[in-house]
Amino acid sequence: MCLAIPAVVVELRDGDNAVVDLDGVRKEISLALVDDIAVGDYVIIHVGFALQRLNVDEAERTLALFRQLGAEALSAASTAGARP
Amino acid sequence: MNAQYSRPLDVKHGHVDLSHGSGGRAMAQLIEELFARELTNDFLAQGDDGARLADPRGRLVMATDAHVVSPLFFPGGDIGCLSVHGTINDVAVMGAKPLYLAASFILEEGYPLAELARIVASMARAARAARVPVVTGDTKVVERGKADGVFITTTGVGVLREGIDCSGARARPGDAILLSGSIGEHGMAIMSLRENLAFDAPIVSDTAALHELIGALLDAVPQLRTMRDPTRGGVATTLNEIARQSGVGMLIDEAAIRVQPPVEAACELLGLDPLYVANEGKLIVICPPEHADAALAALHAHPLGRAASLLGYVHADARHFVQMQTRLGGRRIVDWLSGEQLPRIC
Amino acid sequence: MKYIDEFRCGELAAGLAAAMRRDANPEREYRFMEFCGGHTHAISRYGIADLLPPNVQMIHGPGCPVCVLPIGRIDQAIRLAREQGAILATYADTLRVPASQRLTLLRAKAQGADIRMVYSTSDALSIARANPDREVVFLAIGFETTTPPTAVAVLTAAALDLRNFSILCNHVLTPAAMHAILSAPQGVPLDGFVGPAHVSTVIGSAPYEPFADDYGKPVVIAGFEPLDVMRAVHMLIAQVNDGRAVVENEFTRAVTRAGNLRAQALVAEVFELRESFEWRGLGTIPASALRLRAPFARFDAERRFTVPYKAVADNKACACGEILRGEKRPQDCKIFGTVCTPENPIGSCMVSSEGACAAHYTFGRFREAAA
Repeated sequence: MCLAIPAVVVELRDGDNAVVDLDGVRKEISLALVDDIAVGDYVIIHVGFALQRLNVDEAERTLALFRQLGAEALSAASTAGARP
Repeated sequence: MNAQYSRPLDVKHGHVDLSHGSGGRAMAQLIEELFARELTNDFLAQGDDGARLADPRGRLVMATDAHVVSPLFFPGGDIGCLSVHGTINDVAVMGAKPLYLAASFILEEGYPLAELARIVASMARAARAARVPVVTGDTKVVERGKADGVFITTTGVGVLREGIDCSGARARPGDAILLSGSIGEHGMAIMSLRENLAFDAPIVSDTAALHELIGALLDAVPQLRTMRDPTRGGVATTLNEIARQSGVGMLIDEAAIRVQPPVEAACELLGLDPLYVANEGKLIVICPPEHADAALAALHAHPLGRAASLLGYVHADARHFVQMQTRLGGRRIVDWLSGEQLPRIC
Repeated sequence: MKYIDEFRCGELAAGLAAAMRRDANPEREYRFMEFCGGHTHAISRYGIADLLPPNVQMIHGPGCPVCVLPIGRIDQAIRLAREQGAILATYADTLRVPASQRLTLLRAKAQGADIRMVYSTSDALSIARANPDREVVFLAIGFETTTPPTAVAVLTAAALDLRNFSILCNHVLTPAAMHAILSAPQGVPLDGFVGPAHVSTVIGSAPYEPFADDYGKPVVIAGFEPLDVMRAVHMLIAQVNDGRAVVENEFTRAVTRAGNLRAQALVAEVFELRESFEWRGLGTIPASALRLRAPFARFDAERRFTVPYKAVADNKACACGEILRGEKRPQDCKIFGTVCTPENPIGSCMVSSEGACAAHYTFGRFREAAA
């Protein structure tokens, strides 16, 4: 119910503000809700506020898991002569 | 300066006032010293209320459009060139060669003359580049608050090419649906100004005159069924209009839709769908499937059609749904837009 | 877009779909509720139903803050603009919600009320600072994701000693709504929940543990993208097959067990629990919503102005209540798609783009029409 997307922090500004970049679109947002954000971190943005730092290692792990699950399931399906 | 005017029009610092629309000396001076500076051709030089046009030798096509865009200036253009391109395109998508334009202006009292001069210069440039002259026009002034700076209505006249029959009612099951390029640029260029988004490189409106692209397309594939430019309401609205008009359904492929990265990102930030965002320099083409390759080749050969793609196909559907195969592999419909697309937080 | 596009990849989706097909037991049905409206939207918008095994059904839940906003609260907002001459600042989502007297915020604006769309609470504060002679009221809506930004706005207003700024507070709580669904006597049979993505970044995964423990229903917190939703459903299938009922986290890149403590602390500083609050479709739920604490009373529009809340019943034909509780599907509502459409929404499920009815109408109604 809450539209929020990850974007990379490209600049830190006064008063808890920062600029994030999403594919060339820059927006000023507030870091008032998060701690210790550095330029280069990815944060999740909702209504002009960063809600959380994105854990990029976990992101990569999750994608790797998807790949692995998919590979296993698809190869099992093809060797079993597949249910549709 | 014509001796009947007591002093030159102060284009740099002056403002539109009610006398400029009254039909008297002030209005004549506005036309002479601002409009005619830029918009000059033999027709306008006659100085008559109307323009005598050459015998068209063919079926006439006429189209008209009011332009009320706000803001008046945006990356990639302004209301001036937008109004020229928009009406040229409306005539051209009918399969006609645009020949002449008429332009009427409603000016708000207090609007800066310097900006009006920029708009008129931009219109003139666009008309010259397109080789479609503005042959007649009109100006009125309304009180402060009754217009958004400037409203422009353009009307265009053209001649239908022989043997061409393009209409929204002609799409048939099996026909190919083509899109001339990437989407969402004009609408997001405007929206970004409104929503105070900043950019590395601004999103630039794609406003363009498409008649030459269309000419090349018709040369290659005179058997085209439909052409339409997806303006307000975006590609989604245009496809739904054609589907309803022709009494058919459509299936398009999300993977075939091109969106420039900053446009996609801006849409993502605001919760908007690029399929519903306005374009001002793109074309949707429907043609018999055996001619799809030739049509695509003709589009690709032109600078305005380099990123053209095959979107999908028309099929029989009594409910006239436009369906889309999503990039994920599932299906959804691309419905009519309801109301204005608003940014969302949820 | 990094960390977005990768989670929309068709190839990986096919792999997860195959994993679900392999693991779903063909002898039984699985019924999972996705609580969050954003997930409802994602499921419809990407056509995820096509990729799930046929015996897995998704029930749409009430996690759409616009959908659960009672008519009477919109009426209050409109009255603040019209009767108190306040500038009402609101997120765009609320503008078309139908209120009393056939009004919406958008219609009231057309009739002259000063209602302005904002993207962020900072915009609302800027409006207040730019208009010191006018009252500015911010219509605060949303679950726990959206509440911390409002908390920051109130604290900022206090620090700036703004005299003309207040909020009409409609912030609601996710666990309370989940509890209402699970304890409803005529409750819909559910095998598990897909937990909200961004609410969970704030509150953490811990608050869902009572649901798994007390009701024996697994909860898997899912990220916002379609692959996240698919993987979460896959994890729920596994739990059901194993007879487990625990809280699992698919959205590990953004959600921890504890959540965002700083955001939670700011919310606790500014807000307190209301005894009860009326939810559209779910009735009155105790301890389910927030109001400003006493030290911030001057920023509470309900205490600052006389604009009492009057409950308004839903249109009799509207099935939003049952739909929000998952008892009916949009297509089961008598007026779905005929009288009630996105152009003419009768109930709030049709207004918000993530409301179950709007999502189904806009993206999915071709499925029944074919049947």
